[in-house]
Amino acid sequence: MRKEIQLAGFGGQGIVLSGLILGEAAILDGMNAVQTQSYGPESRGGAARSDVIISDAPIDYPKVVSPDILVVLSQPAYDKYRSEVGKKAMLIIDSDLVESDESALCVPFSKLADELGRRIVANVIMLGTLAKVSECVTRDSLERAVLRNIPKGTEELNLKALDAGFRSA
Amino acid sequence: MDKQGYDAIRKLLGESPAFVQGDVACAYGAVLAGCRYFAGYPITPATETAESMASLMPGCGGTYIQMEDEIASIAAVIGASWAGEKAMTTTSGPGFSLMQENIGYACMTETPCVIVNVQRSGPSTGQPTEPAQGDMMQARWGSHGDYELIALVPNSVQECLDLVIEAFNLSERFRVPVIVLTDGEVGHMREKTVIPEFDELKLVERETPTVPRESYVPFGGGEAAVPPMGFFGLGYRTYVTGLTHTEKGLPATSSAEEHTKLVSRLCEKIRQASESLVRIEERYLDEAEFAVVSYGITSRVALNAVRTLRRRKKKIGYLRLIGLWPFPEERLLGLSKQVKGILVPEMNLGQVYHPIREAVAGKCRVAHLPKIGGEIHTPAEIVEAVQKLMGGRRR
Amino acid sequence: MFNKAERIREYLRSEMLPSIFCSGCGNGNVLNYTLRAIDELRIDIDKVVFISGIGCSSRLPGYIDADGLHTTHGRAIAFATGVKTANPDLTVIIFTGDGDCAGIGGNHLIHAARRNVDLTVIEMNNYNYGMTGGQLSPTTPVEGRTTTSPFGNLEEPFDLAALVVGAGAPFVARWPVGYPYETVDTIKRGIEKKGFSFIEILTPCPTGYSPESGLKGNRQIWDWYKRNTLLASKYRQLSDEERADEDRMLIGVLQDVEKREFTDEWAKLVAQFAASRE
Repeated sequence: MRKEIQLAGFGGQGIVLSGLILGEAAILDGMNAVQTQSYGPESRGGAARSDVIISDAPIDYPKVVSPDILVVLSQPAYDKYRSEVGKKAMLIIDSDLVESDESALCVPFSKLADELGRRIVANVIMLGTLAKVSECVTRDSLERAVLRNIPKGTEELNLKALDAGFRSA
Repeated sequence: MDKQGYDAIRKLLGESPAFVQGDVACAYGAVLAGCRYFAGYPITPATETAESMASLMPGCGGTYIQMEDEIASIAAVIGASWAGEKAMTTTSGPGFSLMQENIGYACMTETPCVIVNVQRSGPSTGQPTEPAQGDMMQARWGSHGDYELIALVPNSVQECLDLVIEAFNLSERFRVPVIVLTDGEVGHMREKTVIPEFDELKLVERETPTVPRESYVPFGGGEAAVPPMGFFGLGYRTYVTGLTHTEKGLPATSSAEEHTKLVSRLCEKIRQASESLVRIEERYLDEAEFAVVSYGITSRVALNAVRTLRRRKKKIGYLRLIGLWPFPEERLLGLSKQVKGILVPEMNLGQVYHPIREAVAGKCRVAHLPKIGGEIHTPAEIVEAVQKLMGGRRR
Repeated sequence: MFNKAERIREYLRSEMLPSIFCSGCGNGNVLNYTLRAIDELRIDIDKVVFISGIGCSSRLPGYIDADGLHTTHGRAIAFATGVKTANPDLTVIIFTGDGDCAGIGGNHLIHAARRNVDLTVIEMNNYNYGMTGGQLSPTTPVEGRTTTSPFGNLEEPFDLAALVVGAGAPFVARWPVGYPYETVDTIKRGIEKKGFSFIEILTPCPTGYSPESGLKGNRQIWDWYKRNTLLASKYRQLSDEERADEDRMLIGVLQDVEKREFTDEWAKLVAQFAASRE
């Protein structure tokens, strides 16, 4: 079973970190995972994309062929990738940031993050939703992977964010 | 390294399996191999190794230093090796070009050291963030004069860790620089990386002289010998020079005899060991009529393509070069006697294709599938090229 | 051994002699001064590494029966940085020339001065590339005629001591080769200085170049040093007006200050990590 997940948005939204956490959660589940990324020369604000492949078998070709899940956190990313992605792909968007006229799972990740007090955890909420609807990683491993990759002192906030994500799915 | 030292390092590296980038895995491999000296200069896409080493070195009692350029980096690494440390630097294309003179110096002075080149697309500044396999020949021939060295090519993050350990072992064993040729794709991707346990770790430690100073021969010992290294501070008063030197290490620049003896030994110590240095992975070669020969990141695409073709009942095999230099020509010659054709996909306009053709010596067809521009091959491209090779034979 | 000259000879690698140096070259004197400094400091020669690049002066490590690293052109200081930072217990002395350390190796020189690793650089300035037969170097005076400036040098030369002071080195000195006692004493201070020390020694190259057209033989070159240099200690006693008129090169110890040294600072960092583990 090979699952391809593509995360796209702006630099600074935690796109690369989200891919890292997702891949690490898959590893903790005993799966194989490859995470790659592409971004422009800007550290903040440019286009950012992170690809994650999860498989129970060793992964030879490390690139996404046709994503099973596309998560879009910016309008330019939506405009760029939506047409490239097959209709069978599950589409998840941040409804605060992206206007979409088709059937997608629309969750206001940014607004939910604001309600928790920190916009920066929007990506963790997204990961919760993604894990819930796609079942690509277990909740337990995802929690552990989040905790391994966040600054000390923010554990409670991030676990709350993850929970909000699961509940929004 | 004893168990206590290993445990301290494991604590620094964190949990296993790790989910880290290839560049970071190179740093993990280095500290596990006993590397306690790193000198470098930031360059995309190799910088993450330097960053990792900068955080790891103080904790394991080693030294990290950021030099003013790549020439100084490799110079400091060679100096550190002569001061008794296992030492490494990492770089990418432009920096690798700058290092060439001192890589030749390391060969001439038989200095163990490891150089990781995270290949990016060139020539010149090229595509800094994009992968390539354009330095395969430079790794072999980049410095002037006749020399041999060892180059290894990982195709995964796990193999970055494993082959950097191997690189240190071979470097100490043969007193030669060992180059690890990774690329921007492997360097930046994250994958599951298992950190070897203490009893899985097989390390080669530097051989030092045991004889008294008067009878120590620092650069001799027979036609393919690897002399023990009387490094600085041991009391052997070793004089190290890049000039043609006698067995005692003293300049003999006008002697054809001394030059021939020295340079022949430097080459022979690697050439005569080349069978033991063969590192290849073979799959599906039984009854194969055609084969894809590849290396590095391209080999993962090749494996995917070969599997697709085999599902279609094509008799196609897979051979991956892990050790690139010295070149495993006997194995390629053997393969050429078995198959009708070989496809060589690589991310350059024709590099490893050439030694393969030389090894095969016309015994079978060799087709080339070059790709540049910073994107790795797709499985479909390789499948199509193999089908063309197979079909071409029929015509 | 009571005879000092005999004792100094013991430091030499006898099978390498005679040296390649021309008659009248100052490099042999510098070797002598350096070995006397080491002898007087009673440093264990087996814990000293002599490092050099390419050029006549860079041949000096070969004449010493000790660990030596004769490296690539211009890179001696970078190699030495590796040796010293990997094993700070070693005393590291670099022999280099004006072309080696200020031409091709200029970047390493200024960064080593800035970084402040405990190295002692002994730079022999003969104002030209001697080994290749007398070409223009970064210190060749304006209008100086060399084989590659046959109509006179149009470039401005470096004042290397001033350059290295500007780059941050804590110990900088300059002597013409004819000041043996002062130079031995300065080399001793340079070695004992915890930090980057730069000692420039003006050495004649009677074969390749003389610092002024028409100078014949070493006697005239040595006299030229005398005419064109002024002791830094005397310069400091001059009035502002007198200083303004002064265009001679200053000699003596030109900089001697205390600064944080790299290997010390690194050792502290390692110790912090070790302490936090316990």
